[in-house]
Amino acid sequence: MTGARMSTLASLRGRIERIEAGADTHALHKVALGHAEADATLCGGLARAAVHEVFAEGHQGAAATGFIAGLAGRVTSRRPLVWVRQDFSEIESGALSMSGLAELGLDPRLLVTVRAADADAALRTAADALACDALGAVVLEVWGEPRQLDLVASRKLTLAAQASGVTALLLRLAATPQPSTAETRWIVRAAHSPPSAPWHAWGAPVFDAELVRNRHGPVGRWIMEWKCDECLFSEPAANPQPLAATPAHRPHQAAAYAGQRRAG
Amino acid sequence: MPAPTVVVAKQNNALQIYALDDLAARSGLEIGLPLANARAICPELTVFDADPVADAKTLGDIADWCDRFTPLVALDPPHGLYLDITGCAHLFGGERALLQTLCGALTRRGFVVSADIAGTSICARTMTRHASGKIIADGEEADAVGPLPVSALGADSAITSGLRRAGLKTIGDVAARARHEITARFGAGFTTLLEHSLGQGDAPISPRKPLPDYIVEKRFPEPVATDTVIAINLSSLAGMLVTAMDKQGKGARRLEASFFRTDGAVRNITVDTGRPVTRPEVIDRLFRERLDALNDPLDPGFGFDLIRLSASRTEIVVQQQRDLDANVHDNDELAALIDRIAARIGGKRVVVHLPQDTHIPERAVLAVSAQHHLAAATQAAWPDRIASEPPLRPLRLFERPEPINVPFASVPDGPPHQFTWRRVTHAVVRVEGPERIAMEWWKQNGEALTRDYFRIEDAEGLRFWIYRDGLYEGELKSDEEGEPVLPKWFVHGLFA
Repeated sequence: MTGARMSTLASLRGRIERIEAGADTHALHKVALGHAEADATLCGGLARAAVHEVFAEGHQGAAATGFIAGLAGRVTSRRPLVWVRQDFSEIESGALSMSGLAELGLDPRLLVTVRAADADAALRTAADALACDALGAVVLEVWGEPRQLDLVASRKLTLAAQASGVTALLLRLAATPQPSTAETRWIVRAAHSPPSAPWHAWGAPVFDAELVRNRHGPVGRWIMEWKCDECLFSEPAANPQPLAATPAHRPHQAAAYAGQRRAG
Repeated sequence: MPAPTVVVAKQNNALQIYALDDLAARSGLEIGLPLANARAICPELTVFDADPVADAKTLGDIADWCDRFTPLVALDPPHGLYLDITGCAHLFGGERALLQTLCGALTRRGFVVSADIAGTSICARTMTRHASGKIIADGEEADAVGPLPVSALGADSAITSGLRRAGLKTIGDVAARARHEITARFGAGFTTLLEHSLGQGDAPISPRKPLPDYIVEKRFPEPVATDTVIAINLSSLAGMLVTAMDKQGKGARRLEASFFRTDGAVRNITVDTGRPVTRPEVIDRLFRERLDALNDPLDPGFGFDLIRLSASRTEIVVQQQRDLDANVHDNDELAALIDRIAARIGGKRVVVHLPQDTHIPERAVLAVSAQHHLAAATQAAWPDRIASEPPLRPLRLFERPEPINVPFASVPDGPPHQFTWRRVTHAVVRVEGPERIAMEWWKQNGEALTRDYFRIEDAEGLRFWIYRDGLYEGELKSDEEGEPVLPKWFVHGLFA
């Protein structure tokens, strides 16, 4: 009796595995981010043909944009990138600047921007774009927590991404994480510049990236530096700052002077 | 018993009759009579105000409806239409049947219509002034219009009354005179008009819409109303259109679908594409996207009795070898995707970016329609970034720089120690700058001041791009009381 049940269970498991393997043919392709620990946690890197979410508080929008631009830069590999955004998000946190994107080492020639009026249109356009397998990635930038972006919508995006092999990157500004079918979910904050040459007061973009969900592995939190020249994430050269937030009572004046002196 | 009805308009500071019905005409009223006189003649008069705008719109709607007979429809304001039915009549069972169909349909909707067919547009127009339903064969124009009064020509009232005063009552009388006499007295324009009405020479009409390159259409004896049937017919039309275009190696850049409702309303839906479309599935899909996204959905009412698909702009298609060069293929798919998105949310909302030759940050990049500039954008030459430098330009740029509150700076030209933006105070920890950007004095923006940009990192690690508007010496002068003007500070962008 027990043996029969065990064998039934085993055969069912086998069938489920086969079904999942069939659906996830693209999921085997992973792109290394460049940050050794994060790549190890993600079992080789960021999965293509899946949905990845990046959350940020409203005032951390630029940092999250930089992080997602980095992910897109890693994933697209010289294929076109479609960036769908909502009108409101542009008013609130500024328009995506092509000069800034070029400074990060990405190619503005490969970018098509869709200016959707509202979350509904944005979501629909992103689902459309995900079905086009000529793309490298689709970034969907949504401000706040629109009710259209629920579990069903997230499932649709995941299915579209799996079918076409295009990676979906969701940039959720001023939103808190909710249940979804995303492969990974990140919360991104800005981190302090790495110490650099004495004639620079600041250096490459640095992110405090917290992996809060990983469907196929553990989670973690790292400080990542974006290398604009190599188009790669990496560990910060030397990280003098603790992970904890800067104490709020630090005297401003002294710090400001220190920065200036370093600027020469 | 219904009362006589007139429409009045204000002319020369008095209300005059602008139009009237048969009953009013029988009571002795005429166009141009002052309203007071008309009321004296006929006290039970019903009066309406003239509305030329609504008249023009109605005429336009009727012209839309007439598109079903021929694509060449021209307006003849205030209440005439020319239809060029060359080569169209046989589709409706001959000229007489066409005329009957047209008049019957318009009469059923409550319009009083007078229509004639003739070899020249002016002859037909002259005929409609006095008789309806006539078909003037070639060569019989002079006999047909001869007995009509000169007013039927529709010339200026000065010319008409001049002719009458000269004793020339009918068009035949005028035609009998030598042309040079008429020209000397009434001008060359009138002679041309007269000749055209007699069938000697023809003036081209100016159609409302340019003639599309390719048209296919489907008529339904039984009107179609359900979405599925409409969609099926549209895709079969797409197939026919592509076959027609394919013979000449053309692809469509602009497609127009016209839906003619049984009650006369016509709905036109246009779709633009970024590159010539040569596949029926693509056309089908574009229209499906467009129809889904309409603000006021297609309302079939009692059904459509005619659906027409036309390619109003076409281009020669260059066939490309795509087996080895995957890039070409990718770009094709991207262009198709852009077309679909543009059909749904509008062409201006899908953009690509072109670098501009200017150092003013907000003008350095131009966003242009992806449908039309995709090829240019993929080949654009962007300035190279300086290797091993941190980003010099912010990732997010505000369209309008946002003012910030800076209490003081350590030195007049220096960066601030702290600033308040969106009601949050940020302490400045690291500063780099200034990067001085002067405005383009050779362009017409003399008001703009030189900006000193600072790249700033605050205690939290957030990075800003702020600037001071104006230089201390030179640009920021003292005001009338001798107090120095304080500079304004702005946040222009945010770094990652």
